[in-house]
Formats: sequence, C-alpha cells, structure tokens
Amino acid sequence: MNIKGQEDFWAGVMFIGFGALAIYLSLDYPFGTGARMGPGYFPTWLGIIMALLGVAIMISGLRVEGPKVQKFAFKAMLLLGAGFIFFGWAIDHVGFVIATATLVVLAAAAGRDFRYKEVIIMAIVLLIGTWALFIKGLELPFPLFWWR
Amino acid sequence: MEELLPNLALGFQTAVSLQNLMYCFIGVFVGTLVGVLPGIGPLAAIAMLLPATFNLPPVGALIMLAGIYYGTQYGGSTTAILVNLPGESASVVTCIDGFQMAKNGRAGPALAIAAIGSFFAGTVGTILIALAGPPLAEMALKFGAPEYFSLMTMGLIASAVLASGSMMKAIAMIFLGLLFGIVGTDVNSGMSRFTFGMSGLADGLSFVVVAMGLFGFGEILQNLEKGQEVSSRDLLKTKIDHLYPTWNDLKLSAGPIMRGTAIGAFFGTLPGAGPTISAFSAYAMEKKVAKDPSIFGKGAIQGVAGPESANNAAAQCAFIPTLTLGIPGSGTMALMLGALTIQGIAPGPQVMTQRPELFWGLIASMWIGNAMLVILNLPLIGLWVKLLTVPYRILFPSIMVFMAIGVYSVNNLDLDIYMTVFFGFMGYIFAKLKCEPAPLILAFVLGPLMEENLRRALLISRGDPTVFFTRPISAVFLGLTILLLVVMILPAIRKKREVVYQEPDAV
Repeated sequence: MNIKGQEDFWAGVMFIGFGALAIYLSLDYPFGTGARMGPGYFPTWLGIIMALLGVAIMISGLRVEGPKVQKFAFKAMLLLGAGFIFFGWAIDHVGFVIATATLVVLAAAAGRDFRYKEVIIMAIVLLIGTWALFIKGLELPFPLFWWR
Repeated sequence: MEELLPNLALGFQTAVSLQNLMYCFIGVFVGTLVGVLPGIGPLAAIAMLLPATFNLPPVGALIMLAGIYYGTQYGGSTTAILVNLPGESASVVTCIDGFQMAKNGRAGPALAIAAIGSFFAGTVGTILIALAGPPLAEMALKFGAPEYFSLMTMGLIASAVLASGSMMKAIAMIFLGLLFGIVGTDVNSGMSRFTFGMSGLADGLSFVVVAMGLFGFGEILQNLEKGQEVSSRDLLKTKIDHLYPTWNDLKLSAGPIMRGTAIGAFFGTLPGAGPTISAFSAYAMEKKVAKDPSIFGKGAIQGVAGPESANNAAAQCAFIPTLTLGIPGSGTMALMLGALTIQGIAPGPQVMTQRPELFWGLIASMWIGNAMLVILNLPLIGLWVKLLTVPYRILFPSIMVFMAIGVYSVNNLDLDIYMTVFFGFMGYIFAKLKCEPAPLILAFVLGPLMEENLRRALLISRGDPTVFFTRPISAVFLGLTILLLVVMILPAIRKKREVVYQEPDAV
C-alpha cells in the first residue's frame, strides 16, 4: 500500500481509533431511544460520525499527495512529561520545593543547551518567586517540604 | 435603548472604583507582557492566571481576565512591528507591513497607528456590546432547547470552516472535542462515562487541563523542536524617535481602520470565528481596495491599520455571544465563562438582569482598559523590547513551572497534572498531523450543553428530529450552517479560503 499523504492518512487513523474506542466504551451504556436518550446515545453517534470522517480523511491520504509527517522530538516529550508527572506526585509527597526544582531541571534539560550555573540560578529564582506569589501572596496550601 | 445611558453610568461607576481600576491595570499589563513573549498565547496565559483570581470578587476577576485577553492583542502587535515576531497568531499579518515600516525608520508611526486603530476598534466594540447586548439577551431568554442546539451547531461548524487547513479534519476535531467534553458523570442517568474507573474524572475533564495541555505544553514541545533560538531575533537597533504619525498617515489609515473594525466586529460576534481570521481578512480586503496593491509588503501603513483594528474589534466583540447567550465563541471565551462559573455565577442571558453591575462594569472596564493600553504601551515600548532578549531556554522552564502550579491549584489533584501531559502530547501530535486544535477546544466546552439540549429537544418532540427545522429560529441557524458548508465546498471559494491563509507567507 502506498501512502501518498502521510499527514492525512495518520490523522484519519487517529480519528478512526478514537471513534472506535468511543463506540466500544459506549456499548456499556444504555442507548435508549431518540425521545428518551440513554447515556450511550450521544457518544455512540459521535463515535460513528467521527470514525466515518476518519475513513474519508484516511482515504484522501492514500490518494492525494501530501507532506510526510515530521519526526517527533522524543527526548523533549520524555523530559517534559517526566518533569510534570514527577511534579504531580511530588508536590503532595515531598513538597513544593523539590517538586518545583526538579521540574525546572528536567525541563531545562529538554532544551538545546543546558548550562548548569544558569539552571541552578533559574531554579532558585523561580522557587523564591513562585513561593512569594502563590504560597505567601495567594495563600495556596502547598506543603514546602514533606515534614510540613 | 433609553436604558443605555443609566446602564453605562452604572458600568463606569463600577469600573472606576480604585480596586477595579487596579485589576484592570494588572490585567492589561500582564496581557501585554504575555503578548510580547512569543510561544505563550492568550489562552494559556489566562488559564495560568485563573487560579490567581479565585479569591477576587467576581467583577474584579472578570475585569482582570478580560484585560489580559485584549492586552495580548496589543503586545502581540508591538513585537510584530519591531522585531518581525508575532507575539500571537492574530498579529501574524501585522508583521508584513509593520516590520517593513520599522525597517524604513517608521516604527513609531506604525506603533502609533496600531494603537490608534486598536483603540478606535475597541471603542466601537464597547458601544456595540452595550447596544446589542440587551436585545440579544432578551431574545435568548426565549430560546428553547432546539434553538440552543442549532446555534451551537452553527458556531462549531463556523469554527471549523474558518480554521486554517483541511476543513474535514477540523470537523473531525469537533467530534473529538465533543467526546472529550462528555467525559465524566452523565447528569441525567448518573452514569460514569469514559472515566476508566478514575474517580478524579467523575466531574469531567477540567477545561484548564485541556487548554494548558493543548496550547501550553503542546506549544512548548513544538517550539523546542523548531529550536529557533533567540539569536535569530534581529532586534532593531534604530531608535524610535518620532512616534507621531504624519497627517498623511492618518488620512491613509482612516479607511482601513473603519473597514478593519467592521470586519473584526462581524467575525468577532460570530461564534467560532476570532481575531486571527479577522486580521487575515482585513489584510486581504485592504489589498483589494487599494489603488496600488503593490505597496503592500513594502511598508504600507494600511497593512498595519486594517488588521490591527480588526483583531482588536474581534477580541472585543467576542464577548457579545459569550455574555448575552452564555455560548462562548472561542476557547478563550470559554475560559471566561469558566471563571464566571467558579465565582458561582451561572453564565447565560440572565446574567445581565441579575448582575447588571457585573455585565456593565466589565464593558466599561474594557473601554478604560483600551485607553490604558494606549497610554501604557507607547512609553513602555523600550521595556517590551528588552523583554524579548530573554532567551527561550530560560523562558520555557519558567512557563512549565507556572503551568504546573496553575493546573494543580485548581483542584489540588495530581491526576490533573498527568492529564495535562496527555493533552500536551495530543496537542503535539495534532500539530504534526496538521489538525487545528481550536475547533476541538470549543467543542469540548459545548459538548455537555449540546447533549443536554439535544436530549431536551427530542424529549419535547417525542423523538422527532424534524423539530430542529420546524421551529423558525432553529431552522434559520441550521440553514445558515448548511449554507456555510455548501459555500465552502464550492471550488472557487475553497481556493479563496486557501489564498486568504497563504497570502502573508507569499509576501
């Protein structure tokens, strides 16, 4: 099979995937009738129409010449994702200071050039700034460290 | 009509209190700042600052958020003119002629005309809201479920038609957005849908999470990849000495400002359209009506005046459907409604009668805010330019920290952070596949409302779907929707649509 327009083709596949998932999950919810719509009615129809649109988009990707899908920046995805997920876990378990500092370092590592001194200064400045703004100023109830 | 003056008086009375003036000032200041910084749009900025408004009184919170919103339009144009970098998408076209003017040593007049045009457009926008608001809200109070459903359908289709890129993908994005919107507990049956057993999703996906993921996190990933470090910013070294436009500049700009304002007001009021499409259309329009189109791209002041007036008029008029019908026309407006809900006020046509000080205070504050921007922006230009020298490698980790704290503070829920990562990745994938996220975010907000109104409409009609066509107002909305679709499929117009979006690149 020759994929001419990769962007369209894979977008179509994505919509079909989400549509199928919606239809599949909606099987568990009562469908009802038009006059008495059950919780499954609306999502099932959304899923069906979206999957059909997906098929049309996929076919246009097979037939019409289009640009290739550009490479993904996996390193940046991994580092930024990890930084965020760690922040989500850490803020409640080890506190605001470690959560924020780690996020700064991991995020900075996702960039092109990582300068140790600069990152450390940035982490400290951001910590003081956000602490003053959010915890002192707006009184958000984040624990600073795990013992508090 | 005869109520207009007392209403506006009430508005100004509310808006000029010392406290509200301060919120307005903070809003436009932060907005300009955000507009100047590339890589962070108004939506992500408002989402980030939303938690900061939780403790404010409702009027103050809205005034501040609105200030951020239209402040970004100003900030975006400043950098577009001075350094050829649009701070956000609505000022992309301003770069073309604005930067050329700056290169010719006419940065001052370009900035001044942008400010004057925006201020004029903002004033007209404010008057329009004041005039159109009450009758529209009155009409909306008579709307039943079928009318609401059809109106929302029209808004969604309009957002897809006016999005750049493939229309079919944009429509598919609407359906995806609607599906994300109904995640959570079904209000009618109490059943959990698409929650995968996670209790944190019982109340649905939070708007802040989706917006920050798609427009904050996703944007950063794209920017990192482009790797266009700050060095590419050819900062203009020329001093801006004469700020004031000549009499001839003003004469040349008067027409474009009027036309731009009209175009912006039209697209802004239409649910689903927004500042970006207005600016593009205004530029195309100016090129068409000009006696000598070849001057465009070489520093034509008309190419700055038109789009700048248009995007500000649109930004202002976007409040019309939002405040009178309770139906947001864009993601940013959805966020404003979200802020209203957090303050314990149900959005809709009743806001105007039940909380007149809120509605009219906000409107008056917008005019005051626009005036503040003119006064604030011109003398502070030096500061904004300095800000641009902050390298992206310092900027984006800071944005990440603010985003993380912003998302977490809404519900104090770690799941929200994890979901932001999911939507960040989705936003990145959408960009790779050239799927426009704006229709998705609008559909996400309207999802539950659409289902509820569809359910009610069909319940009343006993399952007869023709109800949408037999009720006159609903039929008009659907007729317009179909017209919009048909017109866009016509080859001639389809081609034009592509041209409108491509024109700026071609220059």
